[in-house]
Amino acid sequence: MIPELGNFALALAGALAVGGAVLGLYGPRQPVLQHGVLSMVFGQWGFSLIAFVALVYAFAVDDFSVAYVANQSNTLLPWYYKISATWGGHEGSFLLWILIMGTWMVAFSLRSSQFPPHFATRVMGTLSLLNLGFICFALFTSNPFLRLIPLTPAEGADLNPLLQDFGLIVHPPLLYAGYVGLAVPFAMAVAALLEGRIDATWARWCRTWTNMAWAFLTCGIALGSWWAYYELGWGGWWFWDPVENASFMPWLAATALVHSLSVTENRGTFKSWTVLLAITAFSFSLLGAFIVRSGVLTSVHSFAVDPERGMYILIFLALVVGGSLALYAARAGQNTAKVGYELLSREFFMLINNVILVVSLAVVLWGTLAPIGYEALSGGRISIGTPFFNAFFVPLGLLLLGALAWLPVLNWKRTRVEVFTSVYQALGIAGVLGGLVWFALDPASLLVAGAVALALWVLLTHGRQLWLRWRKGSVPAAYLGMTLAHVGFALGTVGIAITSTQSVESDVRMTPQSSMELAGKQLIFNGIVEVQGPNYAAKQGLFEVIDGERRYTLRPEKRQYFAGGNTMTEAAIAPGLFADTYVSLGEPLEGDAWAVRAHYKPLVRWVWLGALLMAFGGVLAVFDKRYVRQRRRLQAPNAESVTA
Amino acid sequence: MNPKRKQRLYLTVFLLLVAGGITALLIQISGENMNMFYPPADVVSGKAPVGQTLRAGGMVQENSVQRSTTDLGVTFVLTDHQGAEFSVQYTGILPDLFREGQGILVEGQLTPQGIFQATEVLAKHDENYMPPELMDLQTQPSANPTPSGSAYPSATGMQSDPSLGSAYDS
Repeated sequence: MIPELGNFALALAGALAVGGAVLGLYGPRQPVLQHGVLSMVFGQWGFSLIAFVALVYAFAVDDFSVAYVANQSNTLLPWYYKISATWGGHEGSFLLWILIMGTWMVAFSLRSSQFPPHFATRVMGTLSLLNLGFICFALFTSNPFLRLIPLTPAEGADLNPLLQDFGLIVHPPLLYAGYVGLAVPFAMAVAALLEGRIDATWARWCRTWTNMAWAFLTCGIALGSWWAYYELGWGGWWFWDPVENASFMPWLAATALVHSLSVTENRGTFKSWTVLLAITAFSFSLLGAFIVRSGVLTSVHSFAVDPERGMYILIFLALVVGGSLALYAARAGQNTAKVGYELLSREFFMLINNVILVVSLAVVLWGTLAPIGYEALSGGRISIGTPFFNAFFVPLGLLLLGALAWLPVLNWKRTRVEVFTSVYQALGIAGVLGGLVWFALDPASLLVAGAVALALWVLLTHGRQLWLRWRKGSVPAAYLGMTLAHVGFALGTVGIAITSTQSVESDVRMTPQSSMELAGKQLIFNGIVEVQGPNYAAKQGLFEVIDGERRYTLRPEKRQYFAGGNTMTEAAIAPGLFADTYVSLGEPLEGDAWAVRAHYKPLVRWVWLGALLMAFGGVLAVFDKRYVRQRRRLQAPNAESVTA
Repeated sequence: MNPKRKQRLYLTVFLLLVAGGITALLIQISGENMNMFYPPADVVSGKAPVGQTLRAGGMVQENSVQRSTTDLGVTFVLTDHQGAEFSVQYTGILPDLFREGQGILVEGQLTPQGIFQATEVLAKHDENYMPPELMDLQTQPSANPTPSGSAYPSATGMQSDPSLGSAYDS
């Protein structure tokens, strides 16, 4: 009964999405209809919530007559994993996607009084149209409420053990909030094109939403990377895997958009380009959904065998991209700005940023799609490895850092050459310190020293300018946010450079009571004990680490899950701000010996801390006075016009 | 041509050149880092080149896994159950789901003696999941060409997750 209720609620949300789309896109000329759109947006969210709660309920009570629950859950699963299993598979995670879409729409409509009524109505109409596409996808190709009656299994197949983890509880919601959040700037771009009005005010409206979505996406990706690091059991944190790339591509486009919007807001230029980026960013969200959901990754052949889902997304993608680009072609040309700027200006450096990010996007796109295209054309299979991505991302990342260091002293339009003295001084200091790092760490890796020096340069110039502004008492939240985000990028780069070159990784055969050396620490293997978990039995290794005065025990596990019989490696990590010690169990060998993987990973945490700092900076900027003031200013007259 | 048009023309030509250059680089570098996949039949027949990094795959032959008693060296035989089989040498930790009878992928080089020196061994994450490259191979000695639900392996839950990779464990 409850699952049918969920199904029905989802269908109702779809019907309201039709209404919202029609009224929203037709309504701007009819003030009466504008209020209707608002209630339909709330309705879509409300009914998606009911559908989602119905599915959660089916998981909570182990209703295995629902096919999706039977595939994803098991009675032995602890209750919190039963709940998170709701979004552990394809159908349920798409329902979560729809719920989050509804939440963004409600968030927008709560703030809609800030915008001119017809603009807000068009944005909500566009969002409803997109939501309709998502809801139809769920209803017709991946319905989570399908029943297994009368062949109801007595027990569920269990959630994949890899997904039975805290990381999975939070990672998809955050990531989807980022993916779907990019629909808001997209809808704002479409509405602006429809209105024929793209200007600095529009960019100001767009910025807060873009920043929020971008921050969610950043956190989602960072969390996914952290989860892969501790859960997959082999110590890597980024694999250039197609599914990772699917989330990285919209992030790159959104990062470019965040910067381009700043130019449009402050200088009224880059307008067409900004709109194009807003369309691109969301299109890559959809492309990511296609790559992940269609089965095309598994094999072009299997995609051809059961193309329903893939074709649906592909057609939806074509409609969204084609429609918005056609609109763009028709309207964007009218918005050329006559604003000049010189080479040594903030505008030009933003352009450099955008070019680097777009080239990076092209690299990831190529590396992700080339194997799929090759298989489709020739039938053979290829894989494109990490060296391909590194060949581009190392120089591109360093270039980006090098350009970033100049930013604090740059003015809009033109900059006097004299102010660069401090930049050169900072470069001198950073160069000397980088040289020291080069000697201290590894004289062979000049690139690492270069990355560290460039990052230091960025930190110095940003720190100096922040200090100068602080003394003058003028540090707006947006400026602080920008500085934090850039510092985060610099620290993250240092983390990446150091951890990928200075890590010590050794796979060894260890017998009980034997010991090994790992980066100046002694690691003693004290044998294996058996432990029981709620739905698994595990062999737990006892490793004593002697690090000078400090002594501690690491307990990596090899788990055997009862349902499904999956084996899982649970790494044991001694985390540290400056280095992690990472031990995981390989397989049992002859006698009592075990294959053991021991890693020493310096600065690996900086990768994620840098990303979190970036996200925090993005959110902080939203609370700048000028955006808050804009909200108040626009709210006052609109409130009157509503009552009038 | 008026100056404005001229400027626009220069800009267009410049952008085309840059885009062309980047595309050429992409093709060049991806070509250098591309690993072809070969099924056992191709490895045995000599279609797979010797001394180049490549990927091969097959089912692990029953009773073929031999561990060294002193280090992490291991050898095993990969087969397609159709008569083609080759030996693999590897030093390191095998993935959780490496088992006799399972389909796995190896990345590495083929020696002139026809032995595959693996630098990486990839297995599936999930009991029901098939490495994509092995989809077209026969999984069982008996006639049962594709695993159930091959089009959408039940690893969809993992696919929902960006970091899970293409469901490989290495």
